[in-house]
Amino acid sequence: MSAVIDSHSDDHHHGPAKGITRWLYTTNHKDIGTLYLWFSFLMLFLGGAMAMVIRAELFEPGSQIVSPEFYNQMLTNHGLIMVFGAVMPAFVGLANWIIPMQIGAPDMALPRMNNLSFWILPVAFGILISTFFMEGGGPNFGWTFYAPLSTTYAPPTVTFFIFAVHIMGASSIMGSINIITTILNMRAPGMTFMKMPLFTWTWLITAYLLIAVMPVLAGAVTMMLMDIHFGTSFFNAAGGGDPVLFQHIFWFFGHPEVYIMILPAFGIVSHIIETFSRKPIFGYTSMVYAIASIAILSFIVWAHHMFTVGMPIAGELFFMYTTMLIAIPTGVKVFNWLSTMFKGSISFETPMLFSIAFVALFTIGGLSGLMLAIAPADFQYHDTYFVVAHFHYVLVPGAIFGIIAGVYYWLPKWTGNMYDEVLGKTHFWMSFISVNITFFPMHFVGLAGMPRRIPDYALQFADFNMVISIGAFIFGLTQLLFLFIILKSIFAGKQATSEVWEGAKGLEWTVASPAPYHTFETPPEVK
Amino acid sequence: MKAATKTNLKLVSLVLGMFCFGFALVPIYDVFCEITGLNGKVSGPTITEYDDNFNSREIKILFVTKNNENMAWNFTSEKRILDAETGRAYTVDYTFENPTDYPMVAQAIPSVSPGKGAQYFHKTECFCFEEQLLQPGEKLTMPVRFIIDPDLPDDVPVLTLGYTLFDISESHIKLQASN
Repeated sequence: MSAVIDSHSDDHHHGPAKGITRWLYTTNHKDIGTLYLWFSFLMLFLGGAMAMVIRAELFEPGSQIVSPEFYNQMLTNHGLIMVFGAVMPAFVGLANWIIPMQIGAPDMALPRMNNLSFWILPVAFGILISTFFMEGGGPNFGWTFYAPLSTTYAPPTVTFFIFAVHIMGASSIMGSINIITTILNMRAPGMTFMKMPLFTWTWLITAYLLIAVMPVLAGAVTMMLMDIHFGTSFFNAAGGGDPVLFQHIFWFFGHPEVYIMILPAFGIVSHIIETFSRKPIFGYTSMVYAIASIAILSFIVWAHHMFTVGMPIAGELFFMYTTMLIAIPTGVKVFNWLSTMFKGSISFETPMLFSIAFVALFTIGGLSGLMLAIAPADFQYHDTYFVVAHFHYVLVPGAIFGIIAGVYYWLPKWTGNMYDEVLGKTHFWMSFISVNITFFPMHFVGLAGMPRRIPDYALQFADFNMVISIGAFIFGLTQLLFLFIILKSIFAGKQATSEVWEGAKGLEWTVASPAPYHTFETPPEVK
Repeated sequence: MKAATKTNLKLVSLVLGMFCFGFALVPIYDVFCEITGLNGKVSGPTITEYDDNFNSREIKILFVTKNNENMAWNFTSEKRILDAETGRAYTVDYTFENPTDYPMVAQAIPSVSPGKGAQYFHKTECFCFEEQLLQPGEKLTMPVRFIIDPDLPDDVPVLTLGYTLFDISESHIKLQASN
């Protein structure tokens, strides 16, 4: 009898609050992780819906369903929402859920700031999306918002866009400070840096990248704001400024940003590949050094996005060689994953399938990146669909497959139920096939000269574009299945053990499934 | 102080530092272009004549004029192409006309391409060294005198001298008022 009363009072003190206030006021890292993940899922569908509008317009040549002006808004917001709303918050959500459990910490270091950094995100995206209902429409200058498109020629709503970017940046910076402080100060006794799980390692480095470049982005949009409203001429040639300066500042942020979107995925697939190959990861130390070198190199390659602005030969060579240098640490990682699988006792559960697809397809995206890094060749590829194919290969079957793999991998730990393996595999094969139908032909139309960001195209590209659009529709619909699988695992499914996966390594697999509301209040001993 | 607080303070100062660095990139960018001579920025009037011991070669020079946005003036050069020789001085006339019914001030900004040829393009006299004030309907012809340095690399067969004309009436008026 007393046991029942005890457990009841435990619930009262340590369980989550009831109702909406649980989510509004929460400082629990697991609750905040869940909020981040659901928010990014919502944004994935919103950005995805915009992609569907884009592909519907490009289904056939000529003007189909939307005006070119609206097409530009779809294109811009698809990019902004996917980058800042879907991929980045999804990684922060995974970090919130997993990092404290991986390092044996009871919670994040700054729980109240954690709550704030999540709850300003819906505000930022609310502001961004509200511009669609204002005079002049939403942002229409591409996700890179080059001046003077985003200053002199921008719609009047650009000020809302600037404010939204400021808030997103503040959210990312707060999230990163939280993650670094947690990792540096709250590791369980005995967990040295070189014993840290790779997901934690990748996020530590990613958080430093975020702290270094998000303020530069904030500076760039502040300069835009001043050019538009306060009569300065940072990017206006008539007042002595230079529009190319905008591109330099933007890509000084932008290139580390693309690694921010891929490094945590490297960590996730490292865990999954070692678990399902039933072997420890090959070359742990080289993995850590490879991540660090990629992060450092990312600061000195930015102008490879701008080969065609009229740079001198010396500049083109410098940025060409440094860019190619990045292939070395990336290659180290790919070979380490392959070596981990080599002679492993592999089983092909859904997270492993997504991870293997990640390794293969991310490498395709990496190789087309090497082609783009060749400055003279880039003059042909620049601003064509080849570039679109390249960055979608590293972001969709790269970053997003990494996130999906991580969700399948840790889902039983979150919900306490196994997901439906048959549906999971269906989801994988549908996604894998349709993602390639969508993005592979983009290489061909790009090399043949189809420009990106244009709502119409020459007749010769018609067949491939129809194929691309069909692939995109299948890929979009398939993600509804993902939503169904997650919901199903929340409400039903086989009870998961605390280990979940046979031989899974790491502290997160030592706590019960579903993970209790509070874990590691007494730090575990790491040997 | 707690270890975590120390870490937080370090990280916050890193954030502030990087925000300032973003703005510091503006002067860094200008200074970098000036030192390296990138960006097609031409050097001022340095050399006026050469002695006889130089190898002259033929070169084509193209002249491009254009107006910045919302600039109403007619701005043309007397020649579009000039077959020139390096080491000799040439004069090309440019014409400005203000077709509006109010006085305007303009400034022309030069650019030489390819960028690697910019440092060999020496101007001894140029309308771009000063601002032009034109009354309504007024027309003005002004010269640019230049010499192409004989050291110009052989792989540059053509040089383009471009001018963009900017309307600076507004800032000019403000400047006058403040003086």
